[in-house]
Amino acid sequence: MNGPAVAAIYSFEMARTFRTIVQSIVSPVLTTSLYFVVFGSAIGARMTEIDGVPYGAFIVPGLIMLSVLTESISNSSLGIYFPKFTGTIYEILSAPISAVEIVMGFVGAAATKSLMIGVIILATAALFVPLHIEHPVWMVVFLLLMSIGFSLFGFILGVWADGFEKLSFVPVLIITPLTFLGGSFYSIDMLPPFWHTVTLFNPVVYIISLFRWSFFGTSDVSVGVSLAMTLSFIAACLAFITWIFKTGYKLKS
Amino acid sequence: MIHMPSIISVADLSKTYKSGLSALSGINLEIERGEIFALLGPNGAGKTTLINIICGIVTPSGGKVTADGHDIITDYRAARTKIGLVPQELTTSAFETVWATVSFSRGLFGKPANPAIIEKILKDLSLWDKRDSKIRQLSGGMKRRVLIAKALAHEPTILFLDEPTAGVDVELRRDMWNMVRKLREAGVTIILTTHYIDEAEEMADRIGVINKGQIILVEEKASLMRKLGRKQLSLQLHDKLESVPDALASYKLELAPSGLELTYTYDAQAESRIPNLLTAISGAGIVFKDLHTSQSSLEDIFVNLVSNRA
Ligand SMILES: Nc1ncnc2c1ncn2[C@@H]1O[C@H](COP(=O)(O)OP(=O)(O)OP(=O)(O)O)[C@@H](O)[C@H]1O
Ligand SMILES: [Mg+2]
Repeated sequence: MNGPAVAAIYSFEMARTFRTIVQSIVSPVLTTSLYFVVFGSAIGARMTEIDGVPYGAFIVPGLIMLSVLTESISNSSLGIYFPKFTGTIYEILSAPISAVEIVMGFVGAAATKSLMIGVIILATAALFVPLHIEHPVWMVVFLLLMSIGFSLFGFILGVWADGFEKLSFVPVLIITPLTFLGGSFYSIDMLPPFWHTVTLFNPVVYIISLFRWSFFGTSDVSVGVSLAMTLSFIAACLAFITWIFKTGYKLKS
Repeated sequence: MIHMPSIISVADLSKTYKSGLSALSGINLEIERGEIFALLGPNGAGKTTLINIICGIVTPSGGKVTADGHDIITDYRAARTKIGLVPQELTTSAFETVWATVSFSRGLFGKPANPAIIEKILKDLSLWDKRDSKIRQLSGGMKRRVLIAKALAHEPTILFLDEPTAGVDVELRRDMWNMVRKLREAGVTIILTTHYIDEAEEMADRIGVINKGQIILVEEKASLMRKLGRKQLSLQLHDKLESVPDALASYKLELAPSGLELTYTYDAQAESRIPNLLTAISGAGIVFKDLHTSQSSLEDIFVNLVSNRA
């Protein structure tokens, strides 16, 4: 185990985060506040409650996940894409480090940042609505799992991407819609039967449902199924990353 | 003399890129411990490919490489810990400071932080004043020195320099040569590629020439110069000569169109014939007023080699 190497990559990536600290913190805080103004106050005034939870509070888990997913993906993908783009990846490839250690460094840093942002959004939300968290330990565990899982996914995206368009394509055109349609702002039980069934093919549904359960003790889909879906997503990412390094796919010629 | 095992051993190495281009084929090469080895070859010959394979950046298609006895694939950790690489391209991360990027390299290669060593490296490379500057604020030559500092940060025993002096001014070139010599004195084995033949001539203990993905020659520099170096003896004649006298035919002399210069081309083995030639020339009644000899440089040797195989 090459500990210093993991630490070096991790701190390099964290330094990148802290160079843009203002932007890193201001943008999620601002976005969250805007969502609360629009959804919480304007629409929430008419929606009152979902599953016995006031609408303002109901959207909090979805809002956190929305940011955590997009931040995990964009940070992690940029983290590995940038050295590929500038050519500095030569040093990582020539260093005595294993694939696992490289992933630990990059994904660890991206997940840390997502976690920080998740906590910041939670704190911002608490300013707007009274929050009671039913299962705080699970909440933290899930937040951690999602941060890591989607940072792994972002890592794959960063390795795969060979241009900046591809890098922004996936978050903007796939992840954001899936999150919006995944019940961030409503319960999928509110959908007509056909769309309800379609929605069940959206993996983000399970993630948000699971996370919301840790807040309010109620969920759209069963907790067991959600957990299984989330864990298999992470396992699939790990398997894919292993394959990437075994074959050198897009990292080595 | 006890033969030390080579520090780098390349056996039957080949590389075909995904595009189908065969960049290296059947490369066999032994690098001796503690030497400076210069790898010469025209653009696209495969120098960078060879170096990148040894350093772990490019995957070989076939063959085997060991560095200090460690297989570069099955035992990559031990092998790579010994190796430092200064790449051909100036690739640096722009926003970091010099100090941070060099420290990063040391960590990446598994060494615990050691500010004293980083300080020494930066001072040796005249980068100490720039330690807190962002890399993008540095000039090209300084960036190259930063890359060297990064490659040395983990105290490697084998150093690859892929065209270290491309785009570098004369003074910095001298500095770099001195640095390379100092490293060699400290026991570091150095493999460098260059297009400046005078650099190889000045620095290298041994020279390898690669062309179209094949090693076409590996020689001690001195013996290479002796064996392949052509020499020429020119005589400035006192009186105009119409043709070379028959008595001198065996020497294959060349007469300049002006009729005032005779040139004898010979290699190191034929040196002993010079006194006989001069005697024969006087015997033929030719009077010369001046003479001089010239020796081909490594550059001529190199151009000859590569164009013969083309
Ligand atoms: N990633 C790659 N994919 C496909 N072909 C490549 C790749 N890298 C190099 N080549 C080809 O392999 C051959 C050898 O290239 P290489 O960079 O090893 O040459 P070189 O001797 O270092 O040349 P130079 O003196 O210009 O640096 C060239 O024909 C080059 O076009
Ligand atoms: Mg090259």
